[in-house]
Amino acid sequence: MELNYTAADEAFRAEVRAWIDANLPAGIKAKMLGHRRLTKADFQFWHNKLYSKGWVAPSWPVEWGGTGWTPTQKHIFDEESARAGAPQVLPFGITMVAPVMMRFGNEGQKRHYLPRILDGTDWWCQGYSEPGSGSDLASLKTRAERKGDNYIVNGQKTWTTLAQHADMIFCLVRTDPEVKKQEGISFLLIDMHSPGITVRPIITMDEDTEVNEVFFDNVEVPVENLIGEENKGWTYAKYLLGHERTNIARVGNSKRELAFLKNIASEQQVDGKSLMQDLRFASKVADLEIELMALEMTVLRVVSAEASGKGPGPEASLLKVKGTEVQQCLTELMLEAIGPRALPFHVEQFDDAAKGEAIDPVAAYYFNFRKTSIYGGSNEIQKNIMTQMILGL
Amino acid sequence: MDFSFTEEQTQLRDAVRRYLSQEYRFDARKKIIHGAGTSDTAWAGLAELGLMGVPVPEPYGGFSGTGVDLLVVMEELGRGLVIEPYFATAVMGAAFIKHGGSDAHKTALLPQVADGSLKLACALTEKQSRHELHNIALAGSAQGNDARRTAAPDNGFSLNGSKTVVLHGSEAGQLIVSARTAGQVRDKTGITVFIVDKNAAGVSLRDYRTIDGMRAADITFTNVAVGRDAVLGKVGEGYALIERVAQVGIAALCAEAVGCMEAINAQTIEYLKTRKQFGVPIGKFQVLQHRAAEMFMEVEQTRSLAYLAAVKVDSADAAERARAIHAAKVRAGRAIKFVGQAAIQMHGGMGMTDELPVSHYFKRATMIDATLGDVDHHLAAFAALDAPAESAPVKAAALAA
Repeated sequence: MELNYTAADEAFRAEVRAWIDANLPAGIKAKMLGHRRLTKADFQFWHNKLYSKGWVAPSWPVEWGGTGWTPTQKHIFDEESARAGAPQVLPFGITMVAPVMMRFGNEGQKRHYLPRILDGTDWWCQGYSEPGSGSDLASLKTRAERKGDNYIVNGQKTWTTLAQHADMIFCLVRTDPEVKKQEGISFLLIDMHSPGITVRPIITMDEDTEVNEVFFDNVEVPVENLIGEENKGWTYAKYLLGHERTNIARVGNSKRELAFLKNIASEQQVDGKSLMQDLRFASKVADLEIELMALEMTVLRVVSAEASGKGPGPEASLLKVKGTEVQQCLTELMLEAIGPRALPFHVEQFDDAAKGEAIDPVAAYYFNFRKTSIYGGSNEIQKNIMTQMILGL
Repeated sequence: MDFSFTEEQTQLRDAVRRYLSQEYRFDARKKIIHGAGTSDTAWAGLAELGLMGVPVPEPYGGFSGTGVDLLVVMEELGRGLVIEPYFATAVMGAAFIKHGGSDAHKTALLPQVADGSLKLACALTEKQSRHELHNIALAGSAQGNDARRTAAPDNGFSLNGSKTVVLHGSEAGQLIVSARTAGQVRDKTGITVFIVDKNAAGVSLRDYRTIDGMRAADITFTNVAVGRDAVLGKVGEGYALIERVAQVGIAALCAEAVGCMEAINAQTIEYLKTRKQFGVPIGKFQVLQHRAAEMFMEVEQTRSLAYLAAVKVDSADAAERARAIHAAKVRAGRAIKFVGQAAIQMHGGMGMTDELPVSHYFKRATMIDATLGDVDHHLAAFAALDAPAESAPVKAAALAA
């Protein structure tokens, strides 16, 4: 057992850190550190920077533009990106649809889409959830009926993250309503600019518009946009869920947020002294920090197992549950720390880090982060997965 | 970054597990508890496997094992629910001699620890001290010079006072005793650690069972004369030694807790699969499934910090060491309560009985939390470390600018 990074890993970390420091614009960094909202241009800027450096798709095979990094190096890159306050590369293209294409797509699809995902030409979004199909995803109803060389798609997707910016959507659609629900689903790539598609924003309780409803009204989708075989979509969807999950715990982000929490708490007062010197509050922070330390070691155990050739397994569910518990607890303590100053809601300033105070978006951030235990397979679903896959109940 | 165990560690683990599953089964253990309290046969068996030598340095007949080697052993002793004086002797006792003993102490005592012929016990706790290892009333008075309490070089000390819950005190040949040689009861200075023959004049023991199946003793020291050659570490500076040894003990206890809780979880899963109510195995009920998933996560999180503690307990960096140790003990304590209570609840009435192993594991795990500092104790200590965060602190003022 060796819990220190090798000299080569440390050198890699220094290289990543130096490059990010030199290339991450102060404006984007300030927004990230201050819980402000990023624009489409912010995301695209950082994507393009990473693309120019050749670092935008660390998990891809080298022949498609990957970096050839080890699992440990990928972990270091994620950690350093989070530490610096670099935006996360959006997962929908790079880590969701691309691996599915590489595994199940045809040559034409790979040659057309993968370079466009890599260089950011196409902004992808994910069409999984529907109003009647959340945790019971396989019950989805959006229909795709074959008509000549097209599928005609009708139905609705929801909770579609950043669909308002998207050029493409990968969708699970029902192609056979007569068979067992998992066996009548196909995996379809749809141009978001197609006639018949309407995107309607969903305003969340923090008055943000991260998610959308996407309506399909007789949308024509060429049959060559089908991934793999018709009615095999559920298999591909499960493959996607099992892919690239080690950063699911988002330990790097949480370490950064812990520092933020301690910082704002130390500037608050209780009983004439700093809130961080109040044993009751400091104990809560300590408990959280310990959970985060444990989570970091758990992630590193998974990374280390991956480095020795074992693929990520159902322990990803553990990382998701514990990771989101830590993230949510951080936001709870931030909210608690600032007391009545949580109330002012200067939402019109949330896209500009230069306006207002550091603590301004904290309450909105708390409300926003209730999403983390719901999305990506709710934490209850993750417990079902652990129950079945690990405990065998 | 590598979490794998060496081939030697894997072999050690397998050997201990095999031995315990064959020779130290639940019913055999029960006979020991209700009989002699410890088993000479088992002790000899563990010695033959080389376990006592694991933490002992090579020049003194041991294997110079690391914290990770000790973790491997303790995890298996936890899984096997072993009640022999391994923790008192090979973990705590050996660490006192290793970190505080003179060459003469090491030469005289460590080979006997390594071959299993000497058992040790650590008399640290007093009735008023709770988790404070510096809370010591037992007086170590410089002999013939009581008032000054600073002994002339040739004078020894006289020990007067009592210790409680001395694990395996009665089984030990030598006792390691913390005493106050200067200052007030809660001072961290003025503490001296002595090694005392259990049969020395003035030592009296009252020995009893512990609720988790072990033995412990209350020990009274009445004018017990010890020479200056009985001092471990330096006169008046014993607290640093005690803290250092406690860290070794805590890392070991966390590993034991992991083994113990893995056994609890395995037994609970088995019970959920076999116990039927309403016509189905109760493991089909989601409320129990989710609790089982939470128990699994608790143990994995504890395991992660037990690994960290096992590696860092050997670190020369005191701050890093303390941080890992406090964190591991907090995390283990939280998990112990959750996993233990949930296991009993899910076993229903059967969980309450003496008949099933699960209640015995629950009792042992619970006492681990009560040993060498509980959750609140280490949480407060961790919070007080005020370790600088790894990433640069975000300056709130700068963001507001």
